[in-house]
Amino acid sequence: MTLAQLTVGASATLKAYPQAGPAFTRLREMGLLPGTRITLVRIAPLGDPLEIQVRGYRLSLRKTEAALVEITPEPATP
Amino acid sequence: MNPSTPSAAVPPAPSASPARTPVYALVGNPNCGKSTLFNALTGLKQKVGNYPGVTVERKVGTAYTQHGQPLTLIDLPGAYSLAARSPDEAVTRDVLLGRRTDTPTPDRIICIADATNLERNLYLVHQILDLGRPVVLVLNMMDLAAQAGLTVHADRLSRELGIPVIPCEAARGKGLIELKLALSRPDLPLPRHAWAVPTALAPAVAELQASLMANDAKAPLVARAEALLLLTDNDPVRVAGSTAHSAATTQILETWKKRWAADATDWSGALVAARYDVIGRLAQQTITGPADGSAYLGSSALQTSDRIDAVVTHPVWGWAIFAAIMATMFFGIFTLASIPMGWIESLVATFSDHVSALIPPGEFHDLVIDGALAGVEGVIIFLPQILILFFFIGLLESTGYMARAAFIMDRVMSRVGLNGKSFIPLLSSYACAIPGIMAARTIEEPKDRLVTILVAPFMSCSARLPVYLLLIAALVGANEVPVGTQVGLMLLMYALGTGGAFFFAWLFKKTLLRGAPPLMIMELPPYRLPRVRDVLYQMAERGWIFVKRAGTVILALSVVLWFLANYPKPPADQPDADPLAHSYAGKAGHILEPVIAPLGFDWRIGIGLIQSFAAREVFNSSMSVIFAVEESDDEAASRAQLRDALHAATRPDGTALFTPLVCLNLMVFYVFAMQCISTIAVVKRETGGWKWPLFQLGYMTGTAWLACFVIYQAGRALGF
Repeated sequence: MTLAQLTVGASATLKAYPQAGPAFTRLREMGLLPGTRITLVRIAPLGDPLEIQVRGYRLSLRKTEAALVEITPEPATP
Repeated sequence: MNPSTPSAAVPPAPSASPARTPVYALVGNPNCGKSTLFNALTGLKQKVGNYPGVTVERKVGTAYTQHGQPLTLIDLPGAYSLAARSPDEAVTRDVLLGRRTDTPTPDRIICIADATNLERNLYLVHQILDLGRPVVLVLNMMDLAAQAGLTVHADRLSRELGIPVIPCEAARGKGLIELKLALSRPDLPLPRHAWAVPTALAPAVAELQASLMANDAKAPLVARAEALLLLTDNDPVRVAGSTAHSAATTQILETWKKRWAADATDWSGALVAARYDVIGRLAQQTITGPADGSAYLGSSALQTSDRIDAVVTHPVWGWAIFAAIMATMFFGIFTLASIPMGWIESLVATFSDHVSALIPPGEFHDLVIDGALAGVEGVIIFLPQILILFFFIGLLESTGYMARAAFIMDRVMSRVGLNGKSFIPLLSSYACAIPGIMAARTIEEPKDRLVTILVAPFMSCSARLPVYLLLIAALVGANEVPVGTQVGLMLLMYALGTGGAFFFAWLFKKTLLRGAPPLMIMELPPYRLPRVRDVLYQMAERGWIFVKRAGTVILALSVVLWFLANYPKPPADQPDADPLAHSYAGKAGHILEPVIAPLGFDWRIGIGLIQSFAAREVFNSSMSVIFAVEESDDEAASRAQLRDALHAATRPDGTALFTPLVCLNLMVFYVFAMQCISTIAVVKRETGGWKWPLFQLGYMTGTAWLACFVIYQAGRALGF
C-alpha cells in the first residue's frame, strides 16, 4: 500500500521509498524514514497535494511522490 | 579557510578595539523565528543587500554581547539541510563551509531551533556540529512547546552536546539576555559531537575527506562535512555548487557509488537514518512528553490551527476565503496605493516648481526637471505598490496563510508545470509587474522562478488601464461607452494576458526551461499571530532594495528616453514644427513605420509605442502631444477631447487612422508587448544580467507583433 492510498485521518508506518530522486533525499532529510509514523491530515480541495503529519509537524507533498512511498497502515482506531 | 582572515565585507568595528569583530552566523530552519531573533539582536543596525550572483537576500547586522562588545551577525537564509536544494540553502551551505569570498567565514554559529518541532530542527544542527566550530543553540518557542505538554530540558541537551543551549521566546524577548551572556564568553566550548557514521560508509567518508584535503585544499573538518554532504545528496554537482570538486575526489565518489550500487547499499538513506538515530536518542534524553509529537497534535495551538485549516482548505469556504484575501490584497495595491502615489506626484511637482525657479530656463533646466526629476518620480511612484504588496505578503507569510494559499492553488499551477508558489507573484502582477516579479523570490526552484518572472508582465497591470480606457472610448466613438461593451472589452484584454502568461509558462517548461515537475514538499507551519515589526522591517528592506538597485537603472533609462523625445530640437527657422516629430523619438517612429504598418499602425502611433517604455500610460499623453490636445486637470474631459482628436485623425490618403480594428489591435499590442523599462530593470536585477530581460523584451514584443499582424490582416480581409 502507498501513502497516496491512505484515507484522510489514518496513520501508517513508513516502509520504503525509492533511493534516488531529489524528492526522496529531501523527504528523508525532513525526517521521513522507514519506521517513521505518519498521518494523512487532509487532501487539498482540488485533490492534490496531500498534507501529512510527521514528527510533530505538517508537510505537503504531491500524489505523484506519495504514490511511491510504501506504507504499512495502522489498524483503524475505534 | 583561516577564520581570522579579515575581509573587506566585514563592517569595521564601531569600537576602537584593534581586534577584529568576531563574525557570528545565525542559522536555522524556515519558520523557526530566526528573523525575529535577528531583529531582536541587531535592532536597526542591519545592512540588507544581495549575495553577488544570486538573488538571495544578504542580511548582516551588528549585535552586542551582554558586556557591550560588538559582533557581526550574518542572518543566513533559512535551511532544512546543508545538502542544499534551493539558492537560499546553497548560500547558507557556502557561507558555513567558507566557500564565499564575499562573506567572511563565521567564527561562531548560533543555531536556532523550534522547540515544538525539535527532531527535524536538530537535523540541521547535527550537520552544523560536524563543522567543529563553536555553536550556541537557541531553543525558540519554549512557551508553545510547554503549551503542547512538551518539556525540553535545555540543561540536559547542553550536557549531551557540550555547547550552551539557551531556552528562548524570541517573539517576547525572553532568553535574549542569557543568549547575549553566552555570546560574551570568550571561550565557547567546541561541541562534543562523536557520532558513528554507518560502517558501510565510514571508509568512504575517510577516503573522501583525505582527497578533499589533499586535492581540494579543504581544512580537515570542512573536508569531512563536505564528504558527508556528498554522501547525502545524489547529485554531487549540486553539492559542489560553484566550487567544483577535483577529478580525484569525483573519481573516489564514483567508485564508491558503483560499489554500493552493486551490493544495493542505500548509502544516502543510511547516513540520514544514522543522524536521525542520534537525534532520536537525544530527544528521548532531553524531551519529556508523549513521543513523536502526539502531545503536540492534541495541543491547543495545533487544535486551533487545525480548526482554521478545516475552514481555510475547505472545498467551498477555502476558496471564498482565498478569493476574499486576494481581493483585499489586490484592492490594496490597486486603489490604496493611489493615495500615496498622488502625494508623491504632488510632492515631486512642488519640488520641481522650486527647483525650476532656481535654475534659469534652458537645456539644463529641462534636463533636471523633465529628465532627472521625472525619472526620480518614475522610481518612487512604484514604492507604494511595492510596499503594500510586501506588507501583505509578509503578513500572509508570518501568519502561515501563504503556505495554505500555495497548498490549495498547487493543482491549478501544476497544469502549466509550476507549483502553487507561483500564484501570488502572478496575481500581484495585475497591479504592477514590478512587485510581482520581486515576489517571485519565494519560489525555490530557480527555473520555476525564472518562468514566473518571464510571464508575469503578461498580466494586465494598472498602467495599461488608462490606455485601454482611451482606446475603448476611441473604438466606440460615442460619448457614452455602453458599460457592457467596456467591461466586456476590458475582461477580454485581461483574459488574453492571463491566457498568454499560462500558455508561455507551459511552453517554457516544455522547452527552454525544461525541468522536473516542481515538488510540493513544503512545510505547513502552525498559524501564528503576525509579528508586525518583523513584517514592517521586511517591507522596508525590500522597498529599499528596489530603490537602490532597480531605481538607478530606471533613472538612467528615463533620462535617455527624455533625451530621445527632445533632441535634436527643430531648426530655428521652423518655430512651428512639432518638436516631438523632429526628435529622435519622432524619427524612430518613422523608422519603425515599415515594421508596424502591417499591424495598421503609423509613425505617430510608433512614437506612442516608444514613449510607452517610460510607463505604458505615457501613450495617452504622447497622443495628446502629437494630436495637439490641450491637457486639462479633468481627466475624463481630456480623455473625451483626446478621443475626438483620435477619431478625427487621418492617414495621408484621408482615411481614418483609428478605425475600430486599429484600436482593438493597439489594445492587443499593449496586452502582450513588453513596454516598460522599469520592469526590464527589475528583471535584470532579479535574474542577475541582461540575458533574460532582453529575451523577455524580444519574445513578448514578438508575440504582440504576431498577434496584431494576424488580427489586422484577418480583419482587413474580412472587410473591417
